[in-house]
Amino acid sequence: MRAVKIIERILATIPIMLGVAIVVFLFMRLTPGDPVDIMMGQGGVVSVGEMERLRAEFHLDKPLPVQLAIFLGNALRGNLGYSYIQKRPVISLITERLPATIELAFGALFFALIIGIPIGIVSAVRQNSVLDRLSMAGAFLGISMPAFWLGIILILFFSVRLRWLPVQGRIGFGTGLQEITGFYVLDSLITGNWVALISSLKHLILPSVSLGAAVAAVVARVLRSSMLEVLHQDYITLARAKGQVEFLVVMKHALRNALIPTVTVVGLQTGVLLGGNMIVETVFGWPGLGRLVVEAIFNRDFPLVQGAVMVYAFTYVMVNLIVDILYTYLNPKITL
Amino acid sequence: MNVALSNQPLLEVRNLTTIFPLKRGVVQAVAGVDLSLHRGEILGLVGESGCGKSMTLLSILRLVPYPGQIVAGQVLFEGRDLLKLPPGEMRRVRGKEIAIIFQDPMSTLNPVFPVGEQIGESLRIHGLLGNAGPRLPWPFDRARRRAERERVLKVLQEVGIPMPAEAAKRYPHQYSGGMQQRVLIAIALSCEPKVLLADEPTTALDVTVQAQIMDLLNRINREHGTSIILVTHDLALASEFCQEIAVMYAGRIVEKGPTDALIGDPKHPYTQGLLACIPRLTGERRRLTPIPGFVPDLMNLPPGCAFHPRCKFARDECLGQDIPLVKLGPKHMVRCILYT
Amino acid sequence: METVPGREPFLTRWIYLWRIRLEVWLHSAGAFLAELYRRPLALLGGIVFVVYILVAIFAPHLTPHDPTRGNLRMRLLPPAWETGGSLAHPLGTDEQGRDLFTRIIFGARISLAVGIIAVGISVAIGTTLGALAGYYGGLLDDLISRFADLLMAFPALIFAIGVMTFLGPGFANLILALTFKSWVEFFRLVRGEVMAEKTKEYVDAAKVLGQSSGAIIVSEILPNIIQSVFVLGTLRMCDMIITEASLSFLGLGIQPPTPAWGSMVASGRNYLLTAWWVSTLPGLAILFLVLSINLFGEGLRDILDPRLRIE
Repeated sequence: MRAVKIIERILATIPIMLGVAIVVFLFMRLTPGDPVDIMMGQGGVVSVGEMERLRAEFHLDKPLPVQLAIFLGNALRGNLGYSYIQKRPVISLITERLPATIELAFGALFFALIIGIPIGIVSAVRQNSVLDRLSMAGAFLGISMPAFWLGIILILFFSVRLRWLPVQGRIGFGTGLQEITGFYVLDSLITGNWVALISSLKHLILPSVSLGAAVAAVVARVLRSSMLEVLHQDYITLARAKGQVEFLVVMKHALRNALIPTVTVVGLQTGVLLGGNMIVETVFGWPGLGRLVVEAIFNRDFPLVQGAVMVYAFTYVMVNLIVDILYTYLNPKITL
Repeated sequence: MNVALSNQPLLEVRNLTTIFPLKRGVVQAVAGVDLSLHRGEILGLVGESGCGKSMTLLSILRLVPYPGQIVAGQVLFEGRDLLKLPPGEMRRVRGKEIAIIFQDPMSTLNPVFPVGEQIGESLRIHGLLGNAGPRLPWPFDRARRRAERERVLKVLQEVGIPMPAEAAKRYPHQYSGGMQQRVLIAIALSCEPKVLLADEPTTALDVTVQAQIMDLLNRINREHGTSIILVTHDLALASEFCQEIAVMYAGRIVEKGPTDALIGDPKHPYTQGLLACIPRLTGERRRLTPIPGFVPDLMNLPPGCAFHPRCKFARDECLGQDIPLVKLGPKHMVRCILYT
Repeated sequence: METVPGREPFLTRWIYLWRIRLEVWLHSAGAFLAELYRRPLALLGGIVFVVYILVAIFAPHLTPHDPTRGNLRMRLLPPAWETGGSLAHPLGTDEQGRDLFTRIIFGARISLAVGIIAVGISVAIGTTLGALAGYYGGLLDDLISRFADLLMAFPALIFAIGVMTFLGPGFANLILALTFKSWVEFFRLVRGEVMAEKTKEYVDAAKVLGQSSGAIIVSEILPNIIQSVFVLGTLRMCDMIITEASLSFLGLGIQPPTPAWGSMVASGRNYLLTAWWVSTLPGLAILFLVLSINLFGEGLRDILDPRLRIE
């Protein structure tokens, strides 16, 4: 039964992915200006004869639906276009920078959960206490701060004034890290390179905090409110009546129920993570996909932007799919 | 059996008082309640909604929700005052010595855990699997898990749930109301408690299922000697199953005594009124006579006897001081000015 | 007013209805303000928000300086409370010698305009479509909902960046980028609520009285829904303001020399070590504005919808 539901959900994402690809395709077509110019970006100046040839190469002489079909076909085969600015296929540019972004996203998510979940629990259990009020105040602050500003403030404080943490980049010089997976933290663990491990972690902290603060705030608030609701339920009283220790009443009986709506919210918040990483990467000079996209925008490297937007959207759809599936495991009421 | 011991009440509640300090005022949910429950006895606690009977049960187990507090009285269980126990000891009493089942089984069972797990948890909390092997973490505790599974199946069978092996894996929402209530009873029974507090166990169920559940409770009482306090608003139900009944109104006991005496010859006007409300299926046809008026607001109790605004025998003396319980027979007590 | 329904002239009845509505409205406005007064934080948020709006409107009168042209000899002056600062430039100057205070209050115009207009359009589109889809259902509902699902597949900032990249920077494009995806939330909210209200009895009563569907939606159902829309609107305004700032930070939003808080923070990055105020202070402006809207919105939610109370 559950397997069927999972397959249903996976199949449901296909039309969405298709739609995403179509929308992205239309983005390009809506750009004002000569299409050949757009495709080439500022990669070169061409003569009129060249333009005709390129027009054919880009299939611009064919009707729009055919162009769409070609585009989709290419995308399915992993061909996301060619960047004339960087003189490389888009897909290779993206895959090169992807691990850095994923590492940052995980760092931010880790921070958000490590901070958000305990705060949410404690605030709910000790409702209206000083800790609760402070946490909620902090949460308000967290959702009101733009990530780029937080990043700058953190740099000002920890890098400039206190000199504890580095300002830019992913890893320091001279660590001699062998790249196996592309994830520096993982690679340094695998190769036993402790200098590299420490360096990469130090570089990861501030960007993760900047990116994850808003998500942490949301997680704390949502978990708190759903815990409050759960803690007033009758089954919590029964758990106590069984003689259960208060700690387990909260952590086992209450939390398990309260996490259900929280997980959905976290899934939606990954959208924030995906968008925000462009900004944070720019602030911290993090060599990831986000910064690549920002540079591409300024270079008018449209194929690259198009490819990246598709990758981002697909990732978001995938994450939400995983969250949906996770939800069916957490909430027994919907396995039927 | 030592005669003297068996006459000692197993659970004795003396002058239990629980209040709720709210912004608008103080609510006396339980005002000086005295009860005594003997071994093997079924005691009924009857009254309308809001009269404090559920809160009495919760107070016995010290599960009063915030902002309520127990401010006076004693709850003597086997000689020990439960209200003075340190929290750790109290937890050992809950579930193992005194268990409770609630009114609405759907909301009282945790929706995310299978039923077998919820029953087994009681066993694990009270360490009743001790002789099945040492306490090792998963996966080295196969012997314990097997012992737990056996106990869970046994108790599921006892409460009358068919196919216990599959039943244990299901979730609460997959059961009907009657089955859920049986699961609650199974949880309560798993540690073989001496006292079972039943808070309106059948109110949320259909009449036919009601009968089944009451039969089950009766059987448990007979076979295990478990004493039961049955809280209900249905005086007819109480009269059928209880040996002794206490009638509550506005947080106070207004009459209590052996069932025959209480039903046959009710002394308090409220009890009389309750009996007059019960429709009879046999005998001559007569009108139902409801008790006029409404249940009083517990924050604005009328002075003196709380029932006097609705009482047809009310006199000026009823507004006076608090009226004490007066003994009428060997075990029959009434709180009414008519008998002082 | 003794009248027989349906017999008196239309105008009299219309005026009568609106008199009642006004009285009810005034009464609830009074009650609303009383509730707000009980929540000092929300009240503070509301006041600060209003202050921002007033400052933005009267910006040119509040400062003698020009926000777009600066005096290079006066560049990177510190704020008044630091050594070397002066009250002539209370918050200091930026790297082009422009007075920071002036730029900040002019920047408020951009942020507030973007926030209010973008939310306004999102609410308008989302509510209309949501009401129609929720009330009529059927094919219309299916089509719009599918389209909405598709839009939701994009993370918000990515979508905005995509639009801004391909259409170019500028105020109008910015509004388009922001509203194009955010109407979906209002659409879903209104649609859900309309579908729930549709089955209630007062709708049947209105139909029996012969009201047309359009009138039913507008006059009967919407007033019950308007509160949740309002609450969501205030919260979304915060997101819009932050998104606009983020886009400007990346250089995709409002272009210099028009002052926008995001681009101010961006241009100050190069001078963090020597002139921290150029980046920090505009960011504080964003923070305070968004914080106050959030506080006000939270208070609003508390007052209007007791079900959602975090108690």
